[in-house]
Amino acid sequence: MVENKKKKFRTQTILNIIMILFTIACIYPILLMISVSITDSDAIYEYGYSIIPRNINFLAYEYIFKNPSSLISGYLVTIIVSFLGGAFSLIVTAMIAYPLSRPDYKYRRPVNFIVFFTMLFNGGMVPTYMVVTNVLGLKDNIFALILPYAAMAWNILLLRSFFNGVPNDIIEAARIDGAGEIHTFVKIVLPLSKPGLASVGFLIVLRYWNDWWLSMLYITDTSKQSMQYKLYTLMKGIEELAKDASVSGSMSVIDFPSESARMAMAFLSIAPLLVLFPFFQKYLVKGITLGAVKG
Amino acid sequence: MKYVKPNKKSHRARVDRKKTRTLTLLTLPALILLLLFNYLPIFGLAYAFKDYRYDKGFWGSDWVGFENFEFFFQSSDAFTVTRNTILYNVIFIASTLIGAVIFAVILNEITSRKAVKFYQNVMFFPYFLSYAVVAFIVYAFLNVDYGVLNSLLGEKVNWYAEQQYWPFIIPLVNFWKNVGYNTIVIYASLIGIDSSYYEAAAVDGATRFQVIRHVMLPLLRPMVIMLGLIMVGKIFYGDFGLFYMVPQNAGILYPVTDVIDTYVYRCLRALGDVGMSTAVGLYQSVVGFILVVIANKITKKYSEESALF
Repeated sequence: MVENKKKKFRTQTILNIIMILFTIACIYPILLMISVSITDSDAIYEYGYSIIPRNINFLAYEYIFKNPSSLISGYLVTIIVSFLGGAFSLIVTAMIAYPLSRPDYKYRRPVNFIVFFTMLFNGGMVPTYMVVTNVLGLKDNIFALILPYAAMAWNILLLRSFFNGVPNDIIEAARIDGAGEIHTFVKIVLPLSKPGLASVGFLIVLRYWNDWWLSMLYITDTSKQSMQYKLYTLMKGIEELAKDASVSGSMSVIDFPSESARMAMAFLSIAPLLVLFPFFQKYLVKGITLGAVKG
Repeated sequence: MKYVKPNKKSHRARVDRKKTRTLTLLTLPALILLLLFNYLPIFGLAYAFKDYRYDKGFWGSDWVGFENFEFFFQSSDAFTVTRNTILYNVIFIASTLIGAVIFAVILNEITSRKAVKFYQNVMFFPYFLSYAVVAFIVYAFLNVDYGVLNSLLGEKVNWYAEQQYWPFIIPLVNFWKNVGYNTIVIYASLIGIDSSYYEAAAVDGATRFQVIRHVMLPLLRPMVIMLGLIMVGKIFYGDFGLFYMVPQNAGILYPVTDVIDTYVYRCLRALGDVGMSTAVGLYQSVVGFILVVIANKITKKYSEESALF
């Protein structure tokens, strides 16, 4: 008995150690990023990047915030796209997901097929590019950052399976009470599907928040590019940021802490996510699993 | 007793029609978006068979048959990008699924709920980072002068210029980013396993390893196959960022980092060749479609419930 307990304890310890190593591997790079962003330039030049910051200072952040034009515009674009676009996308997604969840909707099968087929086959990058720029004329238009992702098959099917979870009896009861379809949808089905809306909504916002692809393809005007794309362009041209800073006269180019500024920018681009993340955590796990089961 | 309207049938029909109309109205905005951004481009595939010129436009450009395809398949790039696309994805799918199953089983064996919750919350964080951010993280490791890896090795390896390392770096980055997410999905179906299976195994005196091998793994199979199927579906719409941003689009690395997606993008951007880049994209879409259909057929044969359609 004692022997058994000992063995159990040993197994548990080993398993936990494996998982702890794994979790460290997951967050170490992010901590590294934060650490580098607050390390003094001279320390970086001498010792390289390190997880433990040496000679901590916030110079990189000072530079970025002193002359924030490029950062602010990227942030602004991303915030508008993520929240306005996200709200629009969630509404459109919910509107089509609801009829698809109703077994008694006459055109359920054809509509379902139209949605699902887009997951299997599409025109690809170039024809889509031509449609967006030539047919719709959305080049350098902020709508080019919103509309292409507004109706995604995966989100529609995911939300549909959440709506499927609303008991049919409730919908029937509403009908007998004389409620119209829209009323049933808005007043009964939506409130009952809050976890589903939260989970799909977060996925939608996240997609917009992380997007650089649409900016790369459709936006040449730098004041309309999303933050993530700006971040990528900064990877190579961190000096741009230095020039911004020197133009404003606050600091000289030579002093510019380019190494830490790079990482500071990267951190700033995910910081809002880090704040939002815990609130959506529990919905996410639920959403992910439901999506995978019924996808 | 219910009150029965004399013209019950026609009234019912009217109500039904109204319902159908309302529900259809709800689907319209999304359908229009799908039409514009998913279906309209399918017609645009005609570019693949045209010698597209900006001054002549879509309708005015000349038809050239399969010339664009010939041009692509006669180049050595066709083989390189196809090989890279397929090999990388085979590695991605195998490594992610195997890793996720192992981690999910370990999570399931751990008795402390609190610990499990913590691991779960941390491990899918990488999945939610964009490749722009991941590129920075990789850079922090691989930078020649200050990178963590070079400090550790005490050498000055120029990672972004050495081809031989990237076939390992790319799958590693993919694994890091995706394994946590997949672990959680598999773990969720693992805790969904009916406890009577375990009880039956306990009655038979099965050891823990036997339970894992003969109870858990077989029951996980449908889920794992389905996740694999979804990944197959994504093969030909690869993670552009992983192949473009993470290696920083370094030309010297193309032989080992270039996939069909990045090739098409460069073809469009650098050469401005709409015809050929569409042709390559069409090749990608068609092969992707065939792969999914075949994989789905095979799946159906072995495990009906995990098939996608």
